[in-house]
Amino acid sequence: MRSLALSDEILLQVEKPARYIGNEVNSVMKDPEQVAIRFAMCFPDVYEIGMSHLGIQILYDLFNRREDTWCERVYSPWVDLDKVMRERQIPLFALESQDPVKDFDFLGITIQYEMCYTNILQILELSQIPLMAADRMKEGCDWAYPLVIGGGPCTYNPEPLADFFDMFYIGEGETSYDALLDLYKECRQKGLSRKEFLLKASRIPGIYVPAFYEVTYKEDGTIASFSPIEEGVPAAVHKQVVMDVTEAPYPKKPVVPFIKVTQDRVVLEIQRGCIRGCRFCQAGMIYRPTRERSLQMLQENARDMLQNTGHEEISLSSLSSSDYSELEGIVNFLIDEFGEQNINISLPSLRIDAFSLDVMGKVQDVRKSSLTFAPEAGSQRLRDVINKGLTEEMILRGADEAFHGGWNKVKLYFMLGLPTENEEDRKAIAHLANEIAVKYYEIPKDQRNGKCQITVSTSFFVPKPFTPFQWASMFRPGEYLGFARTVNHEIKEMLNQKSIRYHWHEADVTVLEGFLARGDRRTSRVILEAYRRGALFDSWTEYWDYEKWLQAFDATGIDMDFYTMRQRGENEIFPWDFIDCGVTKQFLQKEWQKALKGEVTANCREKCSGCGAARYGGGVCVESKN
Amino acid sequence: MKVRIKFAKRGVMKFIGHLDVMRYFQKALRRARIDVKFSEGMSPHMIMSFAAPLGVGLTSEGEYVDVELRTPIATKKALEQLNAVMVEGMEILDFRRVPDGKASKAMSLVAAADYAVRFRKGCAPAGDWQSAISGFFARKSIPVIKETKKGETQLDIRPMIYEMKVNAGTVFMKLAAGSAANLKPELVMEAYLSWKGYEAKPFALEVNRLEIYGDLGKDGRHRFVPLGELGETVTEEEVLSLETAGEGQTA
Repeated sequence: MRSLALSDEILLQVEKPARYIGNEVNSVMKDPEQVAIRFAMCFPDVYEIGMSHLGIQILYDLFNRREDTWCERVYSPWVDLDKVMRERQIPLFALESQDPVKDFDFLGITIQYEMCYTNILQILELSQIPLMAADRMKEGCDWAYPLVIGGGPCTYNPEPLADFFDMFYIGEGETSYDALLDLYKECRQKGLSRKEFLLKASRIPGIYVPAFYEVTYKEDGTIASFSPIEEGVPAAVHKQVVMDVTEAPYPKKPVVPFIKVTQDRVVLEIQRGCIRGCRFCQAGMIYRPTRERSLQMLQENARDMLQNTGHEEISLSSLSSSDYSELEGIVNFLIDEFGEQNINISLPSLRIDAFSLDVMGKVQDVRKSSLTFAPEAGSQRLRDVINKGLTEEMILRGADEAFHGGWNKVKLYFMLGLPTENEEDRKAIAHLANEIAVKYYEIPKDQRNGKCQITVSTSFFVPKPFTPFQWASMFRPGEYLGFARTVNHEIKEMLNQKSIRYHWHEADVTVLEGFLARGDRRTSRVILEAYRRGALFDSWTEYWDYEKWLQAFDATGIDMDFYTMRQRGENEIFPWDFIDCGVTKQFLQKEWQKALKGEVTANCREKCSGCGAARYGGGVCVESKN
Repeated sequence: MKVRIKFAKRGVMKFIGHLDVMRYFQKALRRARIDVKFSEGMSPHMIMSFAAPLGVGLTSEGEYVDVELRTPIATKKALEQLNAVMVEGMEILDFRRVPDGKASKAMSLVAAADYAVRFRKGCAPAGDWQSAISGFFARKSIPVIKETKKGETQLDIRPMIYEMKVNAGTVFMKLAAGSAANLKPELVMEAYLSWKGYEAKPFALEVNRLEIYGDLGKDGRHRFVPLGELGETVTEEEVLSLETAGEGQTA
């Protein structure tokens, strides 16, 4: 019987002890004596969130296929256990072996959103690992601590976290991890130092070792230069991308949690990347080119994964499922094969059209479910600015068809604070919601199902690195709330206002997210200071405390406005410019200029726009040429 | 066909709460390819019912869940298929056919349960705390103060204790269980300790449920029978005859 890192007494006093005991179906146990590499894979948020993440399941499976490696999982202890572990000096442990993380060879941390940055420091501190990478490389330490490596979308600007990490892996994990693990084993066998290993690692494609680069700044605070300071360290780091996603490893036996988690189902990733090119969307740029998995592979995986997990639900995953060329094939397969077995089928990110309404009518209760549209902007002018290829006509037609099909609930998602946005654009959100309601009430009373419910949600736009909007300025929290008030007020003026509900996001958390997203190496001081003052679980409304962050800016003398309230110049060197993400800065610059003029760009299937991703020689870039 | 599954919940599985054990079984039955019957309606769910929820922190050697099957399966085969997909700490001990109908529902049959209770390492009271157990059990009444929503009420727990003895530091109890009367072993130990003037520390006890019983007694006399013994082992021959009789694939 396994023994646990925490005593019964502790486990019986914390919320949901199942978060900390491991032992789940399909979790991998190995003999620590029989492996050369112990890898702790961490999602720095609570178990239920971390367990819902596909990327970790892919890497967990990938690493554990290696006989010489045991990959285990680590999540953020919730605040109740955090307190107990600090009081009693209990080191953070991995779920499978329950061994302390500090004794592992690697601590890998996936960084999915900016608001988890303080949780990364929590993971390091509870693990009893020095927070600063420099303190882990000091003479005498050498191999005393695990190598801390970061990955995931936020590492496309790793600079705000550069001081805390030994390495970052830029891009998709399937390509270079084997080389990295092989190199590690070899270096340890040869008795090389931590620094010698890192020097060699920095030459592996996609690996970025921040300690080997130096940044200098101009008087105005922008970057003057960014260059390697060690012999043989490359000046640019190239994003890693798997070109054959059908042959790439995929976890056929994902771990099945005991407690209910956010994504409590089989997740089938049908494709990577997105052809659309929305100008606010980072994923749409950094995951280029769009690559599809074969229908046959997906069918096999669906069968095997449902059998191996016992899940009662399966969900398709991609940035825009409607663009998958064999969507009908996979959806019909799922309905035919699993409908009889009472397996629920969930189809997120579908464009509303005749086909999707037909299949949704088959897989869900029309009366209970709602339809989702993401116009992102209220007016056609602004939708052209952001290159969201969705017209009012398409939305109204989709809603009309849906209402005739029996639906009466619609969700609408918008962003506020977009570049060039004006008062009229904001009011147009209310007008569009009203028009949809009008469509509903045009249906004769005896043919409709009571009132319709239209839910409008707005978030505030955050400019992200490697998007055409990376040059854009943000607004102050008070201004953002003013934008939301405009929308709210206009909705109240609408004829159908009783059928429309409106929610908006918090403004201060948006500004901080923007600061972290486009921060540089100096940003780490604010993160550390905020953490020292108790900031943790910043993405959780109940623990979010803007005051602590404002104090941290005060204490460090760092000016948030420099990062958020400034439209950046054409020639400015960005902290993330040393990363080659596949899409060129020239393309992004061209897109930024077109956005300001309200010109749209065709999607990848309509016409190649020369973004740069064609050099990978695969995916949508070669589709028509086959 | 309705079957009663007996299982053990050991080790770290004691931290998995009742609702999550239900979820665990729904997925385990699918992994084991046991063809379970679903309820009708818009959101069909597996027809299953647990005998008596086990609290978080308790282990058990005798838990029961009743499941309605769409396709019959023999006991031996079902045990193999289920145990092949269990996690460490969960073991399927038996799988028996029970009569259909509400009257035979495990939950409504529960009348008593056996428990083995001992102190966690370092948590036992100092000195000889065991010798007075028989004296405690011999009492005519054991009043305890029970806190309810309306305040405190006095309750005599003695009629709900059917057996109590101690052997080498482990206290064995047979207690009333189920909807009519239910007594928790922790409460009995608390009453005992306070009667002897010992202080009860929190989280000091390790409780292992051993068996759950139905009551076949008449005229106020108990005859406790383990819930599993109310069922019959399913043989391969029986499954075959059911299939030919057409009870097989009726959805």
